[in-house]
Amino acid sequence: MSYTLEGRTGNWEVVVGLEVHAQVISESKLFSGASATYGGAPNAHVSFIDAGFPGMLPVINKECVAQAVRTGLGLRAQINLFSRFDRKNYFYADLPQGYQISQFAHPIVGTGDVEIELQDGTIKHVGITRLHLEQDAGKSMHDQHPAKSVIDLNRAGVALMEIVSEPDIRSPEEAGAYLRKLRQILRYLGTCDGNMEEGSMRADVNVSVRKAGEEFRTRCEIKNVNSIRFVMHAVEAEAMRQIEVWESGGEVVQETRLYDPSKGETRSMRSKEDAHDYRYFPEPDLLPLILEQEWVEGLKSSLPELPDEKRARFCTEYGIPFYDAGVLVAEQATADFYETLAKGRDGKLAANWVTGDFFAAMNRTGKSIENPPVSVDALGQMLDLITDKTINGRIAKDVFEEMVETGKMPAAIVEEKGLKQVTDTGAIDEAVTKVLTDNQDKVAEYKSGKDKLFGFFVGQVMKAMQGKGNPALVNEAVKKQLG
Amino acid sequence: MSLDAATVRRIAKLARIRVNDEEVSTLQNELNAILGYVEQLGEVNVEGVEPLSGGAQMALRQREDKLTDGDMAEKILANAPDRIGNFFAVPKVVE
Amino acid sequence: MSIFDLSVAGAAKALKAKEISAVELTTAYNAAVAELNPRLNAFITTTPELALGQAKAADARIADGSATPLTGVPIAMKDLFCTEGVRTTAASKILEPFIPPYESTVSGKLKEAGAVMLGKANLDEFAMGSSNITSGYGSVENPWKRQGSDAKLVPGGSSGGSAAAVAARIALAATGTDTGGSIRQPAAFTGLAGIKPTYGRCSRWGVVAFASSLDQPGPMARNVEDNALLLNAMAGFDEKDSTSAEREVPDFTAALSRGVKGLKIGIPAEYRLEGTNPEILALWDKGIEWLKAQGAEIIDISLPHTKYGLPVYYIVAPAEASSNLARYDGVRYGKRVDGEDLIDLYERTRAEGFGAEVKRRIMIGTYVLSHGYYDAYYLKAQKVRNLILKDFTDAFAKVDAILTPTAPSAAFGLGEKMDDPVTMYLNDVFTVPASLAGVPAMSVPAGLSADGLPLGLQVIGKHFDEETVFAVSAAIETAANFTALPEVRAK
Repeated sequence: MSYTLEGRTGNWEVVVGLEVHAQVISESKLFSGASATYGGAPNAHVSFIDAGFPGMLPVINKECVAQAVRTGLGLRAQINLFSRFDRKNYFYADLPQGYQISQFAHPIVGTGDVEIELQDGTIKHVGITRLHLEQDAGKSMHDQHPAKSVIDLNRAGVALMEIVSEPDIRSPEEAGAYLRKLRQILRYLGTCDGNMEEGSMRADVNVSVRKAGEEFRTRCEIKNVNSIRFVMHAVEAEAMRQIEVWESGGEVVQETRLYDPSKGETRSMRSKEDAHDYRYFPEPDLLPLILEQEWVEGLKSSLPELPDEKRARFCTEYGIPFYDAGVLVAEQATADFYETLAKGRDGKLAANWVTGDFFAAMNRTGKSIENPPVSVDALGQMLDLITDKTINGRIAKDVFEEMVETGKMPAAIVEEKGLKQVTDTGAIDEAVTKVLTDNQDKVAEYKSGKDKLFGFFVGQVMKAMQGKGNPALVNEAVKKQLG
Repeated sequence: MSLDAATVRRIAKLARIRVNDEEVSTLQNELNAILGYVEQLGEVNVEGVEPLSGGAQMALRQREDKLTDGDMAEKILANAPDRIGNFFAVPKVVE
Repeated sequence: MSIFDLSVAGAAKALKAKEISAVELTTAYNAAVAELNPRLNAFITTTPELALGQAKAADARIADGSATPLTGVPIAMKDLFCTEGVRTTAASKILEPFIPPYESTVSGKLKEAGAVMLGKANLDEFAMGSSNITSGYGSVENPWKRQGSDAKLVPGGSSGGSAAAVAARIALAATGTDTGGSIRQPAAFTGLAGIKPTYGRCSRWGVVAFASSLDQPGPMARNVEDNALLLNAMAGFDEKDSTSAEREVPDFTAALSRGVKGLKIGIPAEYRLEGTNPEILALWDKGIEWLKAQGAEIIDISLPHTKYGLPVYYIVAPAEASSNLARYDGVRYGKRVDGEDLIDLYERTRAEGFGAEVKRRIMIGTYVLSHGYYDAYYLKAQKVRNLILKDFTDAFAKVDAILTPTAPSAAFGLGEKMDDPVTMYLNDVFTVPASLAGVPAMSVPAGLSADGLPLGLQVIGKHFDEETVFAVSAAIETAANFTALPEVRAK
């Protein structure tokens, strides 16, 4: 069932295209040698170029170009060996040059494709229209002084990739899935940290609505939405607004809007209204950017394995379910952790432990995959103890908790606490005999047909053995003695 | 193509230059004279001709990604007409 | 011989031989500036103390043997080059309070070579003009007078202050910048030699931008050799300018004595424009004869799109300027006129800060880039610009250099040609095509008009072949033997 919104006049389809601004990971800015690091004292990461001083000229950062190409490759997109920079002219307090250097007519990356997975397991493709490089603006702050706005140019000139999607998205869920997938790809590639709180990934959301089978209607652009959740809310809120406008006989006007998360609604952004004539023209301070195919191939061959491929490989190589593989590849670091653990071991067992007790411990302790609650070596040793039957799965859970708490290695814990699994059939038989003797009444009930009591006997035996009995052998012994 | 007064005002607005009525009419005449003069480009056949956008005919040189600039807030702000601490200051902007 | 009659080369020789000290030379020039600048208005800002300090340092270098040919040579710096700690205005009120915290590459190179900066030379506001009347700091008077007339003449522009200072001998040489003729036309109007090098030869870093795809710094001096000495120091690859050419800089002085024997010199038919002063056409013919006499081969050529140079220029340059000048908004530096809100502040600041010609060009530039007009004006102009480049490329397949007049008239009077902007723009008709093509071109003083004003011839060369330009210019200079002096000058 596709997503629709119900209005008074029937059902409406939502059409969404996203323009994502992703801050490029680099040491220095796109056109200056000032730091591209987030934060810093006001106007500390600023060169005369970034502040638009007279006579200052841009010189492009090679790494930013490489990052854009890597991203393009990761989006299975066409890499344009010829691209060019243009000036986008408008006045704003945090735009020091009075223009933004961007790529308008000839972007560095052309059409590509992103695969998203929906809640119900459906796979959908969202087209990428283009990716281009541009400069970020500075930051205006309006709450520092009663009558003035203040400007910090630290962010001015930091490289951004603007990634434009086709209007292929049809629901808030798809918008969210697309953004999560895009962020995942960028993080795998190491081209953007995807940190939406710090603004290193922001989305402009283009929304329109239409009745089934119609052409596109007028769209509105919601600027600078800075969380995936807000994007999903904004899509819905804006779609509802537009439906209301159309249904009450009005006309949606193409405009720039802002999403207000506290009110859960969008509002018109008047300050941008008269700035629509950007007067793009080729940036005369720069020359066309010409890339060598060989250089692009070099970048391609050094790309990391991307989430889609990794997920597929995990399924075949480690025999784990598609869903689990998806959870494990969500973050590169998690995937690496898993793979280190699973190498030469039972992949399913490893997957169960990582997505189960390990994730739970990570959440509980507030730790991260980079600083895990137990090291991959320790967890590996524990899996080995299970596999070679030194401990059983029940005991393993206790050992794991002890590892989280004390940081000790599992072998040491098992040794110290005498948790080795009992596989001596003599000792097991003895324990079984004792349990059956102590529970004559239950034995009688069992024999008269109450099969369920089998589990009770096994449990009593395990209890008597402090959980250390080999479950298979205990089962076997109980069955034998019950006849 | 000839500019009317409304267009002159629109262009002045885009260029963020305040113009009064008298200036609008002077500018209108002057700009029309210039546009009239450049109109002769219409005679030139440019079919199949690529636009030449730059003064230099070479590929763009790229610099290494190194930290070589910044950390001089005082120099950046030294010429500022108004500042609050190490920020530039302007009349309050309503978004 | 007076200290003010020295050339750069002559001064260097005298300094080296310790016939004179840099401090003596600078002191004399400081005094001459103090005496004549109030009248000529060639400098917006004078820096006598700074100059004296630099002269002292120059004397030390001369003493320890680390001097260059420019060490201790007092020069004027066009006030478009940002100079660290010295106010830089671009002749605009909008930059009146601006003190750059950095030094432009070219002025820095001259500083490093030991040149002494006497001050910041006047110019047309943001280099937009051909007469220096658009300066926000008053117009510049040309030191030359028509015979029997006291009328004030313009020095040309935009590097008019540089031209007037060198012609009046209150500076030994000067820097200029040339976007459509801003070095060559004022050089011609004041009896100087001046070269616009190949686009990319001198760094634009730290030079207040007018039209980025055209702007090119270059020297202005009293003779061709001095130009070569200055350009040697000014030119060179700069990694801070993406349009700077990564090429070795030859010793331009070595080209001066090459001669023109065997060189093919093109004479473009299209430069015989209607309305050009017959004296100028006659001088051009004379130039042709001089070169022929020295062994050059004269070849008639065609630059068919010459007449479209000016209309292309008056679209491309304002378009780039409208964007380049957007940064003057009263927020980070320069003049601010307060307003009720930010937009009001912008509009008032720019209305008061910019002069009429600058506003006109910003308006034209904004219009030709605006929605719906880009293709008809800007894109069309870019295509015709390519045809103009092709004209030169085709011509240079046949010839080594091209000889033309520099300007269609001699210096005109203050207040003349001001009826409408287009008449004024016609001054640049001979200089603009080389700017659009990016090729080097030099103006050499070659004779006087009937009423005693200097006239120049222009030598245009291939991309990065300034050496041939110098060789041909030197040959013309020798033949012309231009020795006339302006009426107003330091003595």
